[in-house]
This record gives sequence, C-alpha cells and structure tokens, in this order.
Amino acid sequence: MWQYQKKLQYPVKIKNPNPKYAQIIISQYGGPDGELGASMRYLTQRYSMPYDDVKGILTDIGTEELAHLEMICAMVHQLTRNLTPEEIKASGFDKYFVDHTAAVYPIAASALPWRAEYIQAKGDIIADLHEDLAAEQKARVTYDNLIRLIDDPDILDPLKFLRQREITHYQRFGESLRRTTDRLNSKNFYACNPSFDKNCGKN
Amino acid sequence: MNDKQKLFKKILELDFALHELNLFLDTHPDNEKALRLLGDYRSMRKSAVEEYENRFGRLIIMPCDAPTTKPWQWINGPWPWEIGFGGE
Repeated sequence: MWQYQKKLQYPVKIKNPNPKYAQIIISQYGGPDGELGASMRYLTQRYSMPYDDVKGILTDIGTEELAHLEMICAMVHQLTRNLTPEEIKASGFDKYFVDHTAAVYPIAASALPWRAEYIQAKGDIIADLHEDLAAEQKARVTYDNLIRLIDDPDILDPLKFLRQREITHYQRFGESLRRTTDRLNSKNFYACNPSFDKNCGKN
Repeated sequence: MNDKQKLFKKILELDFALHELNLFLDTHPDNEKALRLLGDYRSMRKSAVEEYENRFGRLIIMPCDAPTTKPWQWINGPWPWEIGFGGE
C-alpha cells in the first residue's frame, strides 16, 4: 500500500504564471517519457521480477516517480493559475482550456493523452531492465530539451533536480542488471528466463 | 527564508538523503558506510523534527502525525502543490 506524505520531494514555487511553458512541461506528466508512465512501468514490472533486490528497486524508484509526477503537476498548476481569457488565447492554451479548464490532465506536449503503450512489462528480467534503462535516458533527454526552451529560474531549478534523478535511477537500474546477470549462466544469459522458468538463475 | 522555513527545508533535505541511501542500499545491501550513514541521517532527522516541533508546533506530514484534538488538522492547507506551501 501507499501512504501520502504532505510535502513535495523538492519545492516548486513559481512566481510568474506562463501557460506556454505549462503546455510543454505537461509532457513530463502524460507524455511518452513522462513520470506517470515511469511510475506505472516500474510498479507494474514488480510482479514478474524473480529477485528480491530488483523487486525492491522497482518499488522504491516507482514510488519516487509518483513524487515526480506530483512535482510536474504542481508546476503545471502554478503556471496556469490566475489567467485571463486574453492570456489563454494569446498563449495557445485555449485548445487545452476548452476541454480541461485549468485542471491538470495527463497529455503529451503534442496533446496526445497518456497511453499504456508508453510502457511495457515483458515478463523477462533482462528485457524489462533494459526498458527501464532506456526510459530513464529518454526522460533525461526530455528534461534537457525543456531546460533548453525555458528561461525562468523558478522553473529551471526543479527541472534540474528531476533531470538529475533520471541519471541516478539509470545508475541503480544498471547495477540491478549487473546483479541479475551475475546470477545467470555466464556463457548464455538467455539460456532460460528466471522470471518464468523454475530453477533458472540462483537467487 | 525565516527559521521555520529553514528548518522545514532541512527536514526535506534529510528525507532526500535517506531516500538516496535507500536506493543505494537496494543495489549495495552489504555496504557498511551506507548503512552507517542511514543511521546517522535518521538521528539527524529525528533531532530536526524535535527542534521544529518545540519551536513551531506539530509537523504534520502523514495523517498519523495529526493530533486527535478537534478540529482534524490533516486537511489544513496549503497543500504541497499550492503556492504558499511551507510558509511564505
């Protein structure tokens, strides 16, 4: 189960609303490499993981991603507060506003709503950990792109924190992959699937 | 930033350090330095929360932190995503 903690992992305090920035930052909520997909990917993959340490890292990183999703939503919420209809029209936020007003709905910057196709649970530890490593790099690139396009320090500060977390998670997943292959047949990691075949890979 | 905000920030920083050590220990379960640091940061967090509560009143992060006196304080804003959370 989960219990809510009434705090953000890193503070978000944006002085100046900016609906243009909100429309690109929202991709890290509901976009193809966003935090909603990240948390669902890791928390979903846990059930077919054969090793306790990998169940642990997926649980703990998957939980942290929920905190990142909350930070991104806080940013979008603060960037779209107190807007006038004129500001909404001038910034191009009107197309979002007509469907969601100033609510925070999981879509990509392109407006495509979040899709389960953004994630995979393959039921094979090597395939799943490679998916996770790739996901962290793709999220890191998305943060790099946002940092290039944004010049407000109130927004850049939490974005840089989140970018750094992608690199830390990549490191931890890399270690999990190494710990996994250490337990498999060193001549052929693919000889059997420890997530499915009994007696495959020592724990 | 006033003293209350500074102390709250310190608690957030210690929570982050504890979380980092948690992830590191998931893939380095025998690392003695990380286990020792985890203990140190837990004590530091406990002292920081005690100092906060002595000076500024109850710190309510989880529902179980909220007092059993009327009215139920868990629901008090601002909530974390709102401007003004953490005191302004």
